[in-house]
Amino acid sequence: MRLRTGLVLAGVLGTVAAAPSPGALGCSGCHSAGPQPPALANRVPEEIVVALDAFRAGTKPATVMDRIAKGFSHDESVAIAVWVAAPK
Amino acid sequence: MTPPPLWGGGGGAGAGLSRRGLLASSASSFLLAPLVARAQASARVVVVGGGFGGATAARFLRRADPRLDITLVEANQQFTACPFSNEVIVGLRDIAAQRFAYAAIAADGVRVIQAEATAVDPTAHRVSLGDGTVLPYDRLILSPGIDIVWDALPGYDEAAAERLPHAWKAGAQTLLLRSQLEAMPDGGLVVMSAPPNPYRCPPGPYERASLIAYYLKTKKPRSKLLLLDAKDVFSKQKLFQAAWPKLYPGLLEWVSLSDGGKVTRVDPATNTFETDFGTQKADVGNVIPPQRAGRIAALAGVADRTGWCPIDPATFESRLQPGIHVVGDAAIAGAMPKSAFAANAQAKVCAYAVAALLAGATPAEPRLINTCYSLVAPGYGISVAGVYRPVNGQLTDIDGAGGTSPLDAPATLRVQEADYANAWFKTITAETFG
Repeated sequence: MRLRTGLVLAGVLGTVAAAPSPGALGCSGCHSAGPQPPALANRVPEEIVVALDAFRAGTKPATVMDRIAKGFSHDESVAIAVWVAAPK
Repeated sequence: MTPPPLWGGGGGAGAGLSRRGLLASSASSFLLAPLVARAQASARVVVVGGGFGGATAARFLRRADPRLDITLVEANQQFTACPFSNEVIVGLRDIAAQRFAYAAIAADGVRVIQAEATAVDPTAHRVSLGDGTVLPYDRLILSPGIDIVWDALPGYDEAAAERLPHAWKAGAQTLLLRSQLEAMPDGGLVVMSAPPNPYRCPPGPYERASLIAYYLKTKKPRSKLLLLDAKDVFSKQKLFQAAWPKLYPGLLEWVSLSDGGKVTRVDPATNTFETDFGTQKADVGNVIPPQRAGRIAALAGVADRTGWCPIDPATFESRLQPGIHVVGDAAIAGAMPKSAFAANAQAKVCAYAVAALLAGATPAEPRLINTCYSLVAPGYGISVAGVYRPVNGQLTDIDGAGGTSPLDAPATLRVQEADYANAWFKTITAETFG
């Protein structure tokens, strides 16, 4: 529900610069155009949320992302995913 | 009429039901600034220091608010990056790969001035430059990096650095140390000294020792490296110490503080390092000396008696001078280390916070990330990561998050981390300068 609300808002206010969710600014320190680590912009946010949840649970192979994902709750990860996935 | 707070978390008078509904969502904060009529002149932000902190801050101020008047002051014509400079020292990388220009930042609409900042008036809100220019500011961001504290280690003055390089600021010092290693005959002794905390790049001395050992093993195998430390504990210690006997048996010796590793004096005329237990004469000597925040910080009144700058962990505003923010190595950032990754991360948060403050809004509580990569050898990467939040006024590690690479790992993981280290460097330098 929250993710969908966020997506609707991103659509409605797509022309306005969105303020970053807490933690979201840090992602671009490593993530840019890809392919490794993968690009985050212009993606479906749910994919990023699913990946972060898996990293946090330790079910997705990782080098560093498991250690980083554990710093954020599922809800915080949703907010980050919506922001980083938005077109820049 | 004062514009209502525009950022999530501020709430406040005037926030209507529809906006509160928006603010309650997970994508809660939207910058509605373009919808608010503003009659006053653009707010002016001056950034001093064009490294990973300052250059990033200038760029992200522009992204956070296109209306800001932004000036970046940097003394050097280009930037020479420290991360991966250890590879340059041992001949695995060209220094050209470390150099970055400011043209792209200028093209973003940032006024880039090549000059030294010589004074700050925190009350009058003005920065003075070496060429006589005076820059008024509404907010000032200082990211001056480090200065070496000369003579804190007896015998290590500025002249000494030409004989015993620190190479803790990249550029000429990097090439000096490289040329000394190249000139050293096989069978020589390299001596390094590592300082007590805090200093720029906590794992840096150990990466350097590792890569010099790699160089000795491959090019001058009868040589030795002695690493004299003023500490008993260091970053990623278990990982380095597990790898060293496997990769560099008999080549690299680390002497801890408790074992007499603290260097009490150096003599550049004779290349000697003195400890409480004796004297070592080096063929090549690398002193990593005590450091403090870059000089403009003290001049601005934002450095405390430790020589570093206490800040508010949400905005990076100085605790000593309102209106001045400090990011990067110069800042006392709680559990966040002094790293390029951290400087870039702090600068982005600070930029959005400064834009919010100038718009009369309350910045959101941040979360910050750091990841530090070290190369124990080519193709052997290790990392330490952290996620941080403000707790009781200090950036604090979030429980259960962060930590180091696993101690037991297949070679493929070390290769992957080395690849990610290289990818990180390309990404972060492109974000900052590209």
